[in-house]
Amino acid sequence: MIHVPVRTWMSVVLLAAAIAVLIAIPDFVETFTLMQFTLFSAMAVLALSLGFIWGYGGILSFGQTAFFGLGGYAYAVSVLNLGESTEAIAIAIALPAVFAAFLGYFVFYGRISDVYLGVITLTVTLILFNVVNATAGDEYRIGNAALGGFNGMPSVPTFNLPGNPSIVLDPTQGWYATGGALIVVYVLLRLLLRSRFGRVAIAVRENETRASLLGYDPRLIKLGVFVIGGAIAGLGGALYVNWGAFVSPTIFALSLSAEIIIWVTVGGLGTLIGPVVGCFLIQYLDSQIGTQQTFNSNLALGAILIVFVLLLPQGLIPTIRTIASRLVRLRPASGNATESAAKQPVGAAR
Amino acid sequence: MTPPLPLLEARNLTMRFGGVVAVNNIDFTLREVELRCLIGPNGAGKSTFFKMLTGQLTPSTGTIAFRGTPIAGSASHEIARLGIGIKTQVPNVFNGLPVRENIWLAARRRNTPDQTKRLVDEILEKIALTHRADALVGQLSHGQRQWVEIGTVLAGEPDLILLDEPAAGMTDDETARTAEIIRDINRTRALIVVEHDMQFIKMIAKTVTVFHQGQILMEDKIDAVMRDERVRDVYLGKKVAA
Repeated sequence: MIHVPVRTWMSVVLLAAAIAVLIAIPDFVETFTLMQFTLFSAMAVLALSLGFIWGYGGILSFGQTAFFGLGGYAYAVSVLNLGESTEAIAIAIALPAVFAAFLGYFVFYGRISDVYLGVITLTVTLILFNVVNATAGDEYRIGNAALGGFNGMPSVPTFNLPGNPSIVLDPTQGWYATGGALIVVYVLLRLLLRSRFGRVAIAVRENETRASLLGYDPRLIKLGVFVIGGAIAGLGGALYVNWGAFVSPTIFALSLSAEIIIWVTVGGLGTLIGPVVGCFLIQYLDSQIGTQQTFNSNLALGAILIVFVLLLPQGLIPTIRTIASRLVRLRPASGNATESAAKQPVGAAR
Repeated sequence: MTPPLPLLEARNLTMRFGGVVAVNNIDFTLREVELRCLIGPNGAGKSTFFKMLTGQLTPSTGTIAFRGTPIAGSASHEIARLGIGIKTQVPNVFNGLPVRENIWLAARRRNTPDQTKRLVDEILEKIALTHRADALVGQLSHGQRQWVEIGTVLAGEPDLILLDEPAAGMTDDETARTAEIIRDINRTRALIVVEHDMQFIKMIAKTVTVFHQGQILMEDKIDAVMRDERVRDVYLGKKVAA
């Protein structure tokens, strides 16, 4: 009989639960709330992209919104020209990935240090924001798609059934597509982290010199991680544009770049579920605070970040895990606690 | 018949850091499956020499050839792929990962998953850490972390292994065990071992190269080196007195 580890069973159960929640939610919430969840899920894909490259690749990019925005614009321009969303989604993933490969090549092969990587990604985001902002006027169009400058591109066609542009997804189906994409990205990243590439990426994050002395090229590994992160952010951009049927240069905004870092920090760096939880939590709080006039939501976000950095630097999920693991240790006959904590497989443990 | 190529050959090797000459015009040759010990005072250039051999430093001048292939200035991962592995002076391991994962990462580069699993188990046994295989390396003692690094190097199956102070900070038992491991490795692979502990050197050494002020002072059998006046004067004398 094949022995299946407990963790694998738990992962399968959690995945089944996530799918069940995805399917059940439309029956329990109003359309407005469902649309909010759809937006949160699109943003959570973006959060996962940063959570992956920062938490597992050790690459702190301030420019994930560059790939997010590129994905959004690539989707909008493609769907307006092709009249069909399936290929447009593929382009929205591929274009940011290619751009990440181009940018990453110069950054990693140029041996640019971490601080300058942050500066470069931030600068690229600003450049894209200004470039797209300056595309007002009828001369700035790609095929049928007018870029619209600071006014953005309204009435972007939303997702249709693959191969059938006449059947456009309704809000419930849009939720399934977006929430489903979030689950698929999560599962694929989880599998990737268990693969040889994922394990080497974690090793490079842990100790780049040692990885290099073992024969792995850290530049190539980091580039791979960066490109995957760019592709995921691009998908997030397409999902975001599908949610609002609109895209504008604010998709490249620095405030969003900062917000993603807060989501990941609050949820827990070095986990995959943390950025998703952080994103949902902060966005929910943000939307609730936005309904009152007492104080500014940015002020609240800043306060949350300071509280987490000072009091829960590991973030929510790792803190909850630590507390749970301590509770288990307190139970008698629980075995050697240190050993059991250390027995977490790589990737799965984080 | 032409003589076989040496495993490692360095010629006129110099490393300057600004005005400081850490390694000064040295020639060094190592045969296949040879065990060589390097001794010398701190700052003699031994670790710098290792860093040049592994691509962590690019020599200011001179050449290094590994089985005839020039490697001076190549990237560390390229040199590792040619077959040179190193255990550094300060344990350089993946502290946040389990022992087994450290060895796995080294073994998996050249092997299939099944071969990797077998090799990892074999090495864990060799370094006597099977019982701590799932512990995080950061939780181990200094000596055990040294073994993890040696195991990691072995798992890469290099033809030349560089060990920089492998017995540093170890207990007597751990030191004896390390010497045993090194002798075992030397049955099939060449090693260069930097070490200050002369008792340890005596346990493993055949030929010893003495570094002093960035140059090679002498190179001979261990007994001859220990009798040499110059070596006693610049290095061993202090140790004997201690």
